[in-house]
Amino acid sequence: MRTCWVVSIAFPLAFVGAGAAAQTPRTAWGDPDLQGTWSNATLTPLQRPAELKDKEFFTPEEAKAYVRARLAAVSGDENIEADKIKGNVGSYNDAWMDRGNDVVPTRRTSLIIDPKNGRVPPFTPEAQRQFDREQAYATAHPADTPEDRYLTERCIVFGGGAAPMFPEPYNNNYYFVQTPDYVTIMAEINHEVRIIPIDGRPHLPSGVTQWVGDSRGHWEGDTLVVETTNQKTNRHFYGVQMLDSLMSDQFKVVEQFTRTARDQIRYRATVHDPVFTAPWTVELFMHPQSGELVEYACHEGNYGLKGLLSAVREEERRAAEGKK
Amino acid sequence: MWTKIPILAACLLLSVSVHAQDTRSSDIPRLANGKPNFSGVWQALTTANWNILTHGASAGVPQYGALLATPSGYGIVDGDAIPYLPAAAEQQRRNYENRFKDDPEVKCFMPGVPRANYMPYPLQIFHSDDRLLVAYQFAGAARIFNLGPPQPSAIDSWMGVSNARWDGDALVVDVTGFNGQAWLDRAGNHASASLHVLERYAFAGPDAIDYSATLEDPKTFSRPWTMHFRLYRNPDPRAHLMEFKCVPFTEELLYGEFYKRPEKK
Repeated sequence: MRTCWVVSIAFPLAFVGAGAAAQTPRTAWGDPDLQGTWSNATLTPLQRPAELKDKEFFTPEEAKAYVRARLAAVSGDENIEADKIKGNVGSYNDAWMDRGNDVVPTRRTSLIIDPKNGRVPPFTPEAQRQFDREQAYATAHPADTPEDRYLTERCIVFGGGAAPMFPEPYNNNYYFVQTPDYVTIMAEINHEVRIIPIDGRPHLPSGVTQWVGDSRGHWEGDTLVVETTNQKTNRHFYGVQMLDSLMSDQFKVVEQFTRTARDQIRYRATVHDPVFTAPWTVELFMHPQSGELVEYACHEGNYGLKGLLSAVREEERRAAEGKK
Repeated sequence: MWTKIPILAACLLLSVSVHAQDTRSSDIPRLANGKPNFSGVWQALTTANWNILTHGASAGVPQYGALLATPSGYGIVDGDAIPYLPAAAEQQRRNYENRFKDDPEVKCFMPGVPRANYMPYPLQIFHSDDRLLVAYQFAGAARIFNLGPPQPSAIDSWMGVSNARWDGDALVVDVTGFNGQAWLDRAGNHASASLHVLERYAFAGPDAIDYSATLEDPKTFSRPWTMHFRLYRNPDPRAHLMEFKCVPFTEELLYGEFYKRPEKK
């Protein structure tokens, strides 16, 4: 015990990886056991805010201050009041929100750990030109059809339900079930079930694409490594993070799930796509949750998309009348 | 409530006795803890998704020819009749008339229970010692079977809340917490939010599951009633659930009136 104590003083972040192997819970057939209900809610943003410049980690005091400021900034209740002043109907109040109450335990200032600047790497020049064209189109055509809108608004796929798995403002709960042949992760958000065969079977044929891609996993020591390809490309892939981006048909994500402690899964995901000048890697941590997943029926009650499309048509009608 | 328990128990006993000869199998797959292992890709071989009662063939939508027509088939309901209360029977007739518009399946809404189990699409069960997850291909619906202490339903939902327990080698699943919007088939058979489903899953050999569901809903039915059918394992070693996100295919149907279309020249 004393040795562990000394080690943890010497390496304050050692809890993230060290000493886990001996106590990794195992399934009846010997695989590391990731099963149970977990959350990846965090206040840490995907990309490092520009004002933090080259600051890679918060001090404990800075982290506390950031948490206070962030909770205030993302308050649904306060945003509704602000919306009303602007004449908008407002969105979810805080009763719906589930962003967590803390930053990641490493106190890193972004979920992106590579590159070092905590930002998504630049596009290649060619990809940048394509991105600019798509953004120009999106500005000119904000809502001709649902295909102009985010996948989340269409209830097709959310950040938590596909690789890389990003937290959402709400419903950040996951239920893991394992068999000798599969690791299966049900995301509460949009009742997405990620089915990850770990029996060595090949990927789907390259022409067959899916909104959540096609995942294959294997164990490397005590880490589950999952490769996802066959991704249906979309410039609005990255869920509620709403990172407008590009994807090519070479898009690939390699994820690593490691049970670093009884109450922690370390999650890492590296995005490979030749549209970027470099691969990039995110890291976040899942913590256990009690209680059952609830049903997130998005499409079945999607009045939002209908309201959005009809409102834009009405705006266009009024604008046309104004011209007459 | 207490008066209904014996009726439900009787229905369940009946369903046990019908299939008792099948549940003694010793060659069924088992988990390390000795319980039957339901993991696998499964699918029903019935026409029940068109109509859970025995039915002849009937026309679909004219412009789609044979594509949306109903194939004939035997029903899956014990006694081949649903004991509707009068208003519920009338609702079923209205549903049937509007089935190509109002069936939640048209809109890619989650199919509910028990319908999810006999749609003409596969389901995949992931079963470890004390956990069981059912993933359905249609609409990406999913259920977690809670094998721990029973949990109440927190919210009304399409797929309900499933509390499971073992009865010997059979898995008995108590499903409540429905929102009453799901249909039982394309013929407009239906239930209300008061629906309580008692399912039973029992192996009939290594590659088949005898399934029964007893439906109790005092707002819709005059008594509980039971359906039976068999789920078969997909023997293709490649078989796993592939994605069928049907939401995008319904957008034009649901929101088309608000599309901005290129002006005709």
